[in-house]
Amino acid sequence: MENTKIEVKDLNLYYGDHKALKNINIDIKEKAITAFIGPSGCGKSSFLKTLNRMNDLVDVARVEGLVNINGKDIYDEKTDVTLLRKEVGMVFQQPNPFPMSIYDNVAYGPRIHGIKDKKRLDKIVENSLKGAAIYDEVKDRLKKSALSLSGGQQQRICIARALAVEPDIILMDEPTSALDPISTSKIEDLMEELKKKYTVVIVTHNMQQAARISDYTAFFLNGEIVEYGKTNDIFSYPKDKRTEDYITGRFG
Amino acid sequence: MKRKLIDNTVQALIYLCTILSVLILAGIIIYIFVKGLPYVSLSFLTSVTSPLKGTKGIAGNIVNTLMIIIMTMLMATPIGIGGAIYLNEYASNKKLVGIIEYATETLSGIPSIIFGLFGMVFFNETLGLGYSLLSGCFTLTLMVLPLLIRNTQEALKTVPESYRTGAIGLGSGKWHMIRTILIPSALPGIITGAILAVGRIVGESAALLFTAGSAKILPKTLMGFLEKPFYSGGTLTVQMYLSATSEADFNTAFGIALVLLIIVLLINYATKLLSKRFDVNRGTN
Repeated sequence: MENTKIEVKDLNLYYGDHKALKNINIDIKEKAITAFIGPSGCGKSSFLKTLNRMNDLVDVARVEGLVNINGKDIYDEKTDVTLLRKEVGMVFQQPNPFPMSIYDNVAYGPRIHGIKDKKRLDKIVENSLKGAAIYDEVKDRLKKSALSLSGGQQQRICIARALAVEPDIILMDEPTSALDPISTSKIEDLMEELKKKYTVVIVTHNMQQAARISDYTAFFLNGEIVEYGKTNDIFSYPKDKRTEDYITGRFG
Repeated sequence: MKRKLIDNTVQALIYLCTILSVLILAGIIIYIFVKGLPYVSLSFLTSVTSPLKGTKGIAGNIVNTLMIIIMTMLMATPIGIGGAIYLNEYASNKKLVGIIEYATETLSGIPSIIFGLFGMVFFNETLGLGYSLLSGCFTLTLMVLPLLIRNTQEALKTVPESYRTGAIGLGSGKWHMIRTILIPSALPGIITGAILAVGRIVGESAALLFTAGSAKILPKTLMGFLEKPFYSGGTLTVQMYLSATSEADFNTAFGIALVLLIIVLLINYATKLLSKRFDVNRGTN
């Protein structure tokens, strides 16, 4: 049994008066892929964003409860959000490389955290691009704009950008929903690689994807976790009627 | 048959409109060139009009114009960009932002002579600056600020939200994100706004007649140049107004008109060049 990396206790999230997440309790395991599934608006993306405090950007958002990462409460007043987001990287639904060169995109994070030495940056960029399985495709044009790449390549640049700050955890918010099937399968293969070194949490709309790649699955509905367990168990022997209805395609 | 007739008639009318507007424009440009060119010479550009020496020139006005442009832009650009960044990225009171945006929109539309009147009463009299380049600069700063703020805001609004979340998600602080992602991405729009502002300054006469005055002398010493902002100075447009009215010297007026026309052409060209040069999306294909 793997160790718990993220421990969430009695978490509630409010957007103004609206309660978006209700009483979330979940232990996310280290060096495994955990998938959040559920219909649109069920709170799975909102929950993902509470794990690196991206909800801080929303003025009306308010969080109650406990989120422990590596045993530390990330909503503690003393938490340095910059360091938290270095530890907990994020990959978004739409590939969002910055309008700068491939090199500068990947070096952006390390530079924030104070790395200026050219040789060290070169090494980080190369390793991160290799880690994101895109190095061979771009190694001859690192100075070219990242926007010149295809959508699937851009998403892998974004993964490389997230890897460059040496995170522990990588959050992925529907990372393949804007991509074609070939790019999708490349990214899925990549995730299999990533879980050897990182804890991966992925929100996905695509149940087959969750079944294919994840070790654990949590099913969200109306801001609650209905069921959470090993992916095999969830998909083969769902305990809750609602989970069964969802994975057999009766709604959502 | 009838439909075809209507089509052809409309097409002919539209062509006519185009030809007419191009002809008017070309006519004005040619007219100014023909009337102005004989009077534009090296001595016209480099000497100062002096009845004693019998020289006629606009060097003083050119220097005044340049000083007003540089001083005004030095004041207005940082304030305008800073204000726009605050409104777009920091301000959380949406109601207040709405009121400020409405105000800048209104201010960018009111006639410049009103800024002139205000400048004359406030800067010249209340602050005691008198007719001076500095007073003119302050007045023009007020005049171009709304333009700069609005253009910068528009440019910032075109920067995708995903750039912001992407940078913040990597642990970037807000100001670091603004400095390294937002401003570079918005730079073409910001530059276009700044150059439009320069255009407004070059073309302004009413507000400056009230505030900066019309002196055309050129200082002879370095100290004179340093003190120049505190003295009256007429820009090209102000001198053109005076030449064409009280001085009844139409030759000089047309000479200045030609110089201004060329300056505006250069500004437009520079806008295109710079916006392209700083477009972060270039080289994507």
